[in-house]
Order: sequence, then structure tokens, then C-alpha cells
Amino acid sequence: MTRDEIRDGIFRALAQVAPEADVSRIKPNVRLRDQLDIDSMDLLNFVIGVHKEFKIEIPEADYPRLATLDGCIDYIAKAQRQT
Amino acid sequence: MAEFVMPQLGADMNAGKLLQWRKRVGDKVQRGDIIADVETDKADIEVEVFSTGTIEKILIQPGEKVPVGTVMALIREEGKPFAAEAPAVRVEAAVPSAPKSPAPAAPQGAAAAPPPTIEAGARRLHISPVARKLADELGIDPATICGTGPGGRVTLEDVQRAAQTHAPKPAEAAPELDRAARMRQAIGAAMARSKREIPHYYLSTTIDMSRAMTWLAGENLKRSIEDRLVYGVLLVKAVAMALRQFPELNGLWVEGKAIAKPEIHVGIAISLRGGGLVAPALHNTDRQSLRELMKSFRDLVQRARAGSLRSSELTDPTITVTSLGEQGVEAVFGVIYPPQVALVGFGKIVERPCVSEGQIVARRALTATLSGDHRVSDGHRGGLFLAAVERILQEPGQL
Repeated sequence: MTRDEIRDGIFRALAQVAPEADVSRIKPNVRLRDQLDIDSMDLLNFVIGVHKEFKIEIPEADYPRLATLDGCIDYIAKAQRQT
Repeated sequence: MAEFVMPQLGADMNAGKLLQWRKRVGDKVQRGDIIADVETDKADIEVEVFSTGTIEKILIQPGEKVPVGTVMALIREEGKPFAAEAPAVRVEAAVPSAPKSPAPAAPQGAAAAPPPTIEAGARRLHISPVARKLADELGIDPATICGTGPGGRVTLEDVQRAAQTHAPKPAEAAPELDRAARMRQAIGAAMARSKREIPHYYLSTTIDMSRAMTWLAGENLKRSIEDRLVYGVLLVKAVAMALRQFPELNGLWVEGKAIAKPEIHVGIAISLRGGGLVAPALHNTDRQSLRELMKSFRDLVQRARAGSLRSSELTDPTITVTSLGEQGVEAVFGVIYPPQVALVGFGKIVERPCVSEGQIVARRALTATLSGDHRVSDGHRGGLFLAAVERILQEPGQL
């Protein structure tokens, strides 16, 4: 998967949690939580969405690595290389 | 003949606008089926029906705003004959009715596709709150927009795209307040009523969450992603279990009388992006396992923020729990949501020095509060209730 394909998958997962969010405006290095006004339950739903979208396991200890868009892409790319 | 009326979906609702019928004349309905979508000042709600039978007559058309209690449809309950005028009505109602608000002018160009989502009995008009708001502002009937989001949902982008091909509808005589302003008005009215009518008392206690949080971390290591718990679900379950011993806090105040409710349906205060809040019920909170409760909780938050709550979720809460810990608040003393008689508040978990057996140790402390209605309970019982919540949280494995 290319980084662009991964980004699209992340946007699909985000759209389930924050359907009104304008994903084109997401800054890659700023915490999603601060940009999209999402809380821990939304984040949990987002992590579950990422898990379903990319078929990867995400231990709870790794949740902080999914805090930004770039962090998500790096994490998923690495997880996919390992499988 | 049973009447299906515009329901009161909370103390802050006086009227609602019918968005669409999910059933048409002649359709069979069962108690609990979703029969219509209604717009309130706070959200779009999927309204359930309380009778079982056949839709005999539809009296209100999509787009009409009617006061709470207005008869919207007649339902012939099982075992009773059709009324004589039924066939004529069936013909009328089988035609999808356009909203009575001014129709959009003819689209310019290619976007003249028929509205794909508004046929009576078809799936609901699926649109995000922000997209609906923009469509309202731009004067575009959302039913005429083709949704490209998940499940055909109309997204913000769809509305923006449609805006380029739609001419604006004529200005209405009295412009309605936008959703955020109406929500603020509705919340203000309910809270003013609460403060005017309910003699509140407030209690606060500090709960040691060290054990619960340690248990939770260990438990989540064992669970799959979808089954992992957040500590909020432990709090809600503990409140529900404690309420079994304090039935007077779990109920309503109706027409000068306290009514203790046998079922425990904890309402969860959920803030909405863009402002405002709703407090829908997690049904039978005390009887759900943590796993079930977590699933219901996640689903409820997601649906509340996507604007697809069901009417029973808004009418059934028997108490409300509010948690503002994520905002960094250490304690919240809430305003009771009438006609309920109590509200439990939780702040954030903070590490505090604590003296235990002569040693100073770090403990994870959580401030829990109770706002109680003095017409129904006293501080003594309220204090015992908070103590019970604390006790239950010391045995997280029993939740």
C-alpha cells in the first residue's frame, strides 16, 4: 500500500467517527484530537476503524502513536511491512 | 385505533418537524419499529412506534413542524377493522410528499436526478448534522442531494457540490434560528426549568481509582481491540449497580409525585461537536455486562454525534451521568435534567499524595458528585449512594 492509499483508508475510518470533519484540512503533524474536537470514545472508535480497515492489531500501549495523521500513516505502513 | 403523536423527546422539546415517514399507509408496524424521522432543536431522531398494527392514515406530511402531542398518524391495532376511508388515504400517502417548505428551484444542469432517499418507506435520509446545517444555510433541500458517504450518507462535500448546481430557494418570511442557536435555547429552557423547580442539593466525594485503573489495564491487555474498555464504562456500571439500593434516585418527578422506576436506564451526557449536548439512555445499564455496555456506549456516542438517536433513548433515561474529566475538570456539579431527580458527575482522575498506614503514597483520585432533588431524597441517602459507588469501584472484577 502506498502512503496515499493508507491516508485514504485513515480518512474512511475518521469519517465514521467524525462525519462532518473536512479531512482535506487535516494538518499531518497536529494531534487529530485537537483538530477535530474528538474525545477518547471517538478515538477508540477510530482505532477500531483503523483495525478493521487495515486488518492490523493495535495494542492499547500503541494508541499514542496514532495521535496524528503522519503518526497513523507511519504506524500502519510499518505494521503492514511486518505482516 | 391508536394515535401516533409527535413525542416529547426530552423536557426541552415543544415541537418537532417531520423529516420523513419510514412507513406508508397499509404497512404493518410493531411496537418498537422506527416509523419516522423527526427533527428537534437538538438532533434528528429516529422515532419508534408504541403500537402494533397497520398504518391506517397519515395526517402530517414531511416538512411540517407540529407541537408535541399532535396526532401524526392513525394505526389500526391488530384485530380491528380498517376504517372506510382507508383506500383513498392509501393512494394519497403512497405518493412521496415533498416537504411543504418552499421547494428548491429547478436545478441548473445535470444535477436534476430525482431525490434518491425520500420515498416513503425507503431508507432514511442519511445526512451529517453539519451537512444538513450547510444545506439549510444554502437553501438546498437535502433530499435532492445524492449522498456519496458510507451507506449513501450525504456529506459536507456533497452539499458543497450540490450548491454549485442548485439555485437558492426563495427567502422565507421569518428565517429560523440555526440548529446551534435552537439547541442553546432548548438547553437553556430545560435548565431554567430545572433551577426554578428543583430544589437541588449537591454532594462530593473522592474515589480512589487506583485498583480500578490497574485492573482495567490488565484486562485490556487480554481483550481484542473491539472489546477493550474505557474507565468511563466502569463508572457508569458502578452507578447503575449502586442505584439498585437507592431506587429513589432512579426515577422521575411527574405532576407533583416521585415515581421510582424499576428499570435503570442511565442517560449519558454527550457533548456534540459544534456545541450543545444530548443525554441518551444506555438501556438496562445495570443488567449489561461490561462488554455489552462498552459496545452500547461506543455505539451511542457515535450515533449521538452522527445525529441518529432513537426516540426511546431520549425519553427513557432515569438518571444522568456526566463526565467532564477529559476537559481537565476536576469536579462537575450538574443541573438535574427534568423530570429526572438526580445527576451524577465525574471529574478527571488525578494522582494525589495520600497517607496510608503512615506512609505517603500516590493514589489516582476521582471526584464524584451527586446533584439530588430534595423533593425526593436527602443528603443522607445521597451520601450513602456515593459511598456505594465508591465501594463497588473497589471490586472492579465484580462489575
